[in-house]
Amino acid sequence: MANAVDHSKGLPSHPEKATLEAKNKFLGFWFFLGGETVLFATFFGTFLGLRSGVADGPTSQDVFALPLAFIMTMLLLTSSLTSVLAMFAMKKNNFRGLMIWMWITVLLGLGFLGLEIYEFYEYVHHYGLGFTTSAFASSFYTLVGLHGAHVVFGLSWIITLLIRYRNSGITLTNAPKFYVASLYWHFIDVVWVFIFTVVYLLGVVGG
Amino acid sequence: MADNLSQPFSKSAMTEEEKVQFQREKKQQVVAFVLMIFLTLLAFLAVAADFLPVMFVIPFILLLALVQFVLQMFYFMHLKDNDHGWANAFIWSGVFIAIPTIAALMLLLGITKY
Repeated sequence: MANAVDHSKGLPSHPEKATLEAKNKFLGFWFFLGGETVLFATFFGTFLGLRSGVADGPTSQDVFALPLAFIMTMLLLTSSLTSVLAMFAMKKNNFRGLMIWMWITVLLGLGFLGLEIYEFYEYVHHYGLGFTTSAFASSFYTLVGLHGAHVVFGLSWIITLLIRYRNSGITLTNAPKFYVASLYWHFIDVVWVFIFTVVYLLGVVGG
Repeated sequence: MADNLSQPFSKSAMTEEEKVQFQREKKQQVVAFVLMIFLTLLAFLAVAADFLPVMFVIPFILLLALVQFVLQMFYFMHLKDNDHGWANAFIWSGVFIAIPTIAALMLLLGITKY
């Protein structure tokens, strides 16, 4: 009974919260995000505590470049907007719009990831900043790498959904899944806001 | 009863009123996005500008990050919506624990500059 939906009325205006399972997913996901906040706090705290310990290696002012961090930030911020637009398309039962905006989100995320890999490569090969060079290097790679791992996971998640539901239309089963994935993507963006501020900008200022 | 949750819909059940409201909300999101880009630019410019004192730049960019956090959470992630009571409770509990965590780690690891 609870699983029966009257399809003649059309897609509910909030398909991501129309079933009990969807509501539970939503609640559980916010609970998870609260925990993730604390997880990232431990990494941020460690980085802030260790960032002046550069040993004989390069300092943050030697390696960080503002233009690269700026482009990465723009890519990720824009991908946050495109996933919001995807959610608007979803609520209006516009399946094509949902797919297109989500794929754009994925492309922007891949661009971000590519730049991050390029950045790490540069630091290691041109500046000699290996993972074990200094306390600064270890905490930097661990914090930014953890964020990068979240990006990889988020991208894999969204790509999996896009392929799995490539021509299924918007249903009450997949709408909550897309919604939760987009929440995750926004969260990655929120964490990046603090990374570019605390790691890159403060690193360049040298405060 | 057959499970027809995986069946797509031919139309949207959205009323005209809801459509207008959606359009308004979409506009809000785009404005929030433009604001985020602006705040990011401001933060980068504050750091790139050599003439600004460091003691001003540090609190300034931290404040900008906080504003961006609120914009993302409340607008993009819908925390401002009425049915998000528990979501608010969860995320603010996380932030509430995160702040002393960061402070404690910074102090333990030996930084007392700010």
